[in-house]
Amino acid sequence: MTDSAAAGSSHRGAEGPYYGPYGGRWMPESLIAALDEVEQTFGEAREDEEFVAEYQRLCRDYTGRPSLLAEVPRFAAEQGAARILLKREDLNHTGSHKINNVLGQALLARRMGKTRLIAETGAGQHGVATATAAALMGMECMIYMGAEDTRRQALNVARMRLLGAEVVPVEHGAKTLKDAINEALRDWVATVENTHYLLGTVTGPHPFPSMVRWFHQVIGEEAREQMLAQEGRLPDAVAACVGGGSNAMGIFHAFLDDAEVALHGYEAGGDGVETGRHAAAITLGRSGVLHGARSYLMQDEDGQTLDSHSISAGLDYPSVGPEHAHLADSGRAVYEPVTDAECMTAFETLCRTEGIIPAIESAHALAGAARLSAAWTAEDPEAAAERIIVVSLSGRGDKDVGTAAEWFDLLDEQQERQERQERQERLDEDEQGDETGVQA
Amino acid sequence: MSITADAVEAARAEGRSAFIGYLPAGYPDKEASIAAAIALAENGADVLEIGIPYSDPVMDGPVIQQATTEVLARGFRMDEVFEIVAAVSAATDAAVLVMTYWNLIDRMGPAVFARRLAEAGGAGAITPDLTPDEAEAWIAAADAHDLDRVFLAAPTSTPERMRRIAESSRGFVYGVSLMGVTGARTEVSDAAERVVSAAHEAGAERVCVGLGVSTRAHVEEIGAYADGVIVGTALVAALRDGGPEAVAAKAAELSGRG
Ligand SMILES: Cc1ncc(COP(=O)(O)O)c(C=O)c1O
Repeated sequence: MTDSAAAGSSHRGAEGPYYGPYGGRWMPESLIAALDEVEQTFGEAREDEEFVAEYQRLCRDYTGRPSLLAEVPRFAAEQGAARILLKREDLNHTGSHKINNVLGQALLARRMGKTRLIAETGAGQHGVATATAAALMGMECMIYMGAEDTRRQALNVARMRLLGAEVVPVEHGAKTLKDAINEALRDWVATVENTHYLLGTVTGPHPFPSMVRWFHQVIGEEAREQMLAQEGRLPDAVAACVGGGSNAMGIFHAFLDDAEVALHGYEAGGDGVETGRHAAAITLGRSGVLHGARSYLMQDEDGQTLDSHSISAGLDYPSVGPEHAHLADSGRAVYEPVTDAECMTAFETLCRTEGIIPAIESAHALAGAARLSAAWTAEDPEAAAERIIVVSLSGRGDKDVGTAAEWFDLLDEQQERQERQERQERLDEDEQGDETGVQA
Repeated sequence: MSITADAVEAARAEGRSAFIGYLPAGYPDKEASIAAAIALAENGADVLEIGIPYSDPVMDGPVIQQATTEVLARGFRMDEVFEIVAAVSAATDAAVLVMTYWNLIDRMGPAVFARRLAEAGGAGAITPDLTPDEAEAWIAAADAHDLDRVFLAAPTSTPERMRRIAESSRGFVYGVSLMGVTGARTEVSDAAERVVSAAHEAGAERVCVGLGVSTRAHVEEIGAYADGVIVGTALVAALRDGGPEAVAAKAAELSGRG
């Protein structure tokens, strides 16, 4: 491994700005100076022992790292013969992997003398983590969230507000994650002097893809060490869900040069990629530029971005981090879509068999692991029984209980009818409100 | 020779700065957008910017966003841009630039886009999310079809970047007057004059200033030091509220011919 790294064929430690033909910095000139400042500050900070020590201290004493690597035998038994271990990022403070990146960038923001953090959020997990870091460091905080997502993830909106952040529902476009990013960028162009844009995944202009990955690499480094300590060997496969791709890059990175470890990324297949209602950028996208990076992109024949669809707000994004695009082309990692239905089956199974409620995002990775185990078992049950899959359980599902209750019809009918009626009344009121607004 | 540079120099020869107006392609519909652009040229615009509606316009404020979102919602396609540019450049003497986010060029292919733009009589393109660092393919395609390429310069651009921007631009350098997105402002930022002198010092022959310019007073103030003044949102709002006639009146007022 060290030899191949020395020979220059290592996949690890890619610095950007380019990953093969992907990545780069397709941004308005107004933001280039700020991106240069972030790049330089990050470059210095990662070599600064004090900075690294403070980051690691926060990861330990605030986030609760290292996170567990724990086997889920009852879940695994329902899928096939292979063993399945979960990397429990859901146990981190704030409930997902997002905090790893947020604490790192918040420290950088402080180092740059910025006093205000802004961020986009889809599921609300990144927004919650950013609001948390802002509270911890005494910074001002504004979170942009698609109006569609503020409805699906209402609980997280309340959490962010409790933490002192201002939450701005974005009413443009599809009213989801990509539109929240547009709005955050518009804010940043006007406020760069005192504001850091704390981008929440491995997308965006250089240096965000490599910097965000660096702060998440700890996931894979821990998982690799834990495998060696607990099992005496590396896993056969690592599975992670891919929205922008930060939890996946974080866990993949440590294994990139372990050729015997298969890397599987699972994108949101929505209603099924054949329906067009999905968010499977790698599976069906083609190269394009969005939000500062060249990568796989869901776009129409004219280059207009297509609306993505997924039951999971955190995966509802029409592109993907540029390093994933490169890993897909090189074949080092394999990406497949998982439909809403498959993901919700895995979600329910983990709840029922292990007493763990996963984030719907992470349930895509569970469904992928289930698919792998079933395929191996069909091929050769004895060999499959010797195999181990590590799944990145990127977050917990508290925020998703409402969505799951609807999906599985868990509320009794009378209550449901009443809630539906109330929701309709609220919508009617909103519409009337809007109309008055326009007339005024 | 550069059509855009000629238009700016012609204004200079008359002892004034060039007046440059932006309107979105296809807003509120194809015919009205052609009529509005022609009205703009007939009422003092030396250079026209035809903005191509895009799904993710990160440099645009609410007025332009709303207009371009409406155009996309009615099924706008790229072919329309070339039809509009052809109709407008046939009917006026103004230089006709398009303003476009990069992915629309990328998807068509820079070479095809440049050929079609040149065939339509277009002068070149302004590319708000493309810096010279990523522009190799665009510069080659624009050169192959003798098109102008206008890059942006910001208050935060370093002297080194200013030089690169000046060297890479043809036609003029677009000086961003303030840190922010498009939209009318009540006052001209004092950053505008610094951007213009920095770009001139870096070797740019023509520097035109835009973002937030919305009144005749702004145009006069900026015209005192810049080679051209760019107005967008104020014209789009006029088109929204009063159609092509309102654009004609607003353009006449802004250009000082009212
Ligand atoms: C729990 C969880 N997992 C995954 C994601 C997707 O992001 P990424 O692909 O960057 O890991 C999100 C995003 O909101 C999330 O909340």
